Amino acid sequence: MPLTNRRKYRTSTTLAVLIVLPILISSYYYFCFVNNFWLTELFFRSPSTQERGRFYASLFKWVLGIALFFINYISLGKIQKRLQIIITSLELFLLLALFMATFQLSLPFIAAKVGYLITQGAFTTLYVSAISIVLAFCIALVTAIARLSSNGVAVGIATFYTSFFRGIPLLIQIFILYMGLPQLGFVINPIPAGITALSLCYGAYMSEVFRAGIQSIPHGQWEASRALGLHKSKIMRLVILPQALKIIIPPTGNHFIAMLKDSSLVSVVGVWELTYVASTVGNREFRNMEMLITAAAIYWIMSILLEIIQGRIERSYSPAAR
Amino acid sequence: MQDAVKYAITLENVNKWYGKHHVLKDINLSIKDKEKVVICGPSGSGKSTMIRCINGLEEHQEGKIVVGNVELCDELKSLDQIRGDAGMVFQSFNLFPHMTVLENCTLGPIHVRGMKRAKAEELAMSLISRVNIRDQAHKYPGQLSGGQQQRVAIARALCMQPKIMLFDEPTSALDPEMVKEVLDTMIELTDLGMTMICVTHEMGFAKQVADRVIFMDNGSIIESGTPVEMFEAPKTDRLKLFLSQILHH
Repeated sequence: MPLTNRRKYRTSTTLAVLIVLPILISSYYYFCFVNNFWLTELFFRSPSTQERGRFYASLFKWVLGIALFFINYISLGKIQKRLQIIITSLELFLLLALFMATFQLSLPFIAAKVGYLITQGAFTTLYVSAISIVLAFCIALVTAIARLSSNGVAVGIATFYTSFFRGIPLLIQIFILYMGLPQLGFVINPIPAGITALSLCYGAYMSEVFRAGIQSIPHGQWEASRALGLHKSKIMRLVILPQALKIIIPPTGNHFIAMLKDSSLVSVVGVWELTYVASTVGNREFRNMEMLITAAAIYWIMSILLEIIQGRIERSYSPAAR
Repeated sequence: MQDAVKYAITLENVNKWYGKHHVLKDINLSIKDKEKVVICGPSGSGKSTMIRCINGLEEHQEGKIVVGNVELCDELKSLDQIRGDAGMVFQSFNLFPHMTVLENCTLGPIHVRGMKRAKAEELAMSLISRVNIRDQAHKYPGQLSGGQQQRVAIARALCMQPKIMLFDEPTSALDPEMVKEVLDTMIELTDLGMTMICVTHEMGFAKQVADRVIFMDNGSIIESGTPVEMFEAPKTDRLKLFLSQILHH
């Protein structure tokens, strides 16, 4: 039965679903997993039927689970699309939380350490990533334009740069920069080294996205601009790039979110960013899972923030170019 | 005001190849100042390529093209000078979708001629009114019909105050009702006294407006003459065949 949006949705049905569904789901959870003595009563009558009893109990839970799944799916089909999305997201989140609960994490420990994780770890991650993002964007723009220029030297430099920095693992780039630059006479602190490596690496990846965006603009735009007598630099700035940006933004947002995680690699040169802080605190007190899961949650929240910002930027570009 | 330069376009023994394909073969053509020329011919005859060579959008390999007093060559400066004086209208409009109609028209004057914004907008509004789309000045190209978009394109080219207007099949992408409105606009423009070169299949327009009609086929100019001469008394068989195909449509 398709989840169509074109029908009129009755408030009574929506209310019914919103009330009944949580009750059903929580009852299922409670009676099948929390308080399942009645299952024992039903299936484990005598010690000799243990094996079969276990099998039937498990089968019973599965059958109920599948029935619940279908009831869920069908009743979600009866409500508005927006509500469907919200409730499905909540249900998936609930499943994730249940899975996490099986780890039996110590919540007081998390509560004690999360402040430190955020103020030291997340803060460092955020500002390292933010600066790298801005630098990578500028590098990518310049490189993409250089790659498309008629000047052979510019093309050569740009191609070499993208090939090198996409070809070598980021970790090795960080090492090479941190340990190599002092040999040339530049003694550099860990954080600037990390930022430089991140910017150069992601600049290379993003320059290809920029190049694709610029090349996707129809030739007619170039011709019309040239026919008006505009210089190439003005054509880029006034005509091509504004249109290309609309295409470039989603993949770039992708790269930013990835960079947030890759910033964890700069910990190898001694930057106290989130993953490093989480794993050292966890290791010290033998509570690895708590710290790593907390760090994961913090990363997720930061990524969601970036996604929201990306959505805003995308929307601000759409009304103009209709 | 600029002194009256005797603007003429001269093509001498122009040859152009696209790889191995010989697309323009020994073109010799002279166009007088203020003359209105229509170029017609079957697809692939090199008509569009020829006018794009005049504008510098395409490069010719052999021969000489002189626009005004300036010969077209590879140097950047000479090309910019030509492009300022030759406005072009394309078959696929090529408007800038992220800018309003007004911004499309003021882009050239502001960034090429260095005009102040207020003056450029005044000029643009006068030309936008002249092509009868005054009410759409603040809309985006995506919100306009094909005929309106092409008229914006014409206004945009006119804002550069060119001495020559080049039209590359301006009505070929439009449906019949819009063809009329664009052709009417172009006919009104003939009063402005510019040199006009128009590649088109609209024979009625040619008869009404053109001083000279040129027929091209397979990269060469087959025949040229006044509209009456060309349509009533075609000399070559190729032209006779072409006309019979068009007129029996």
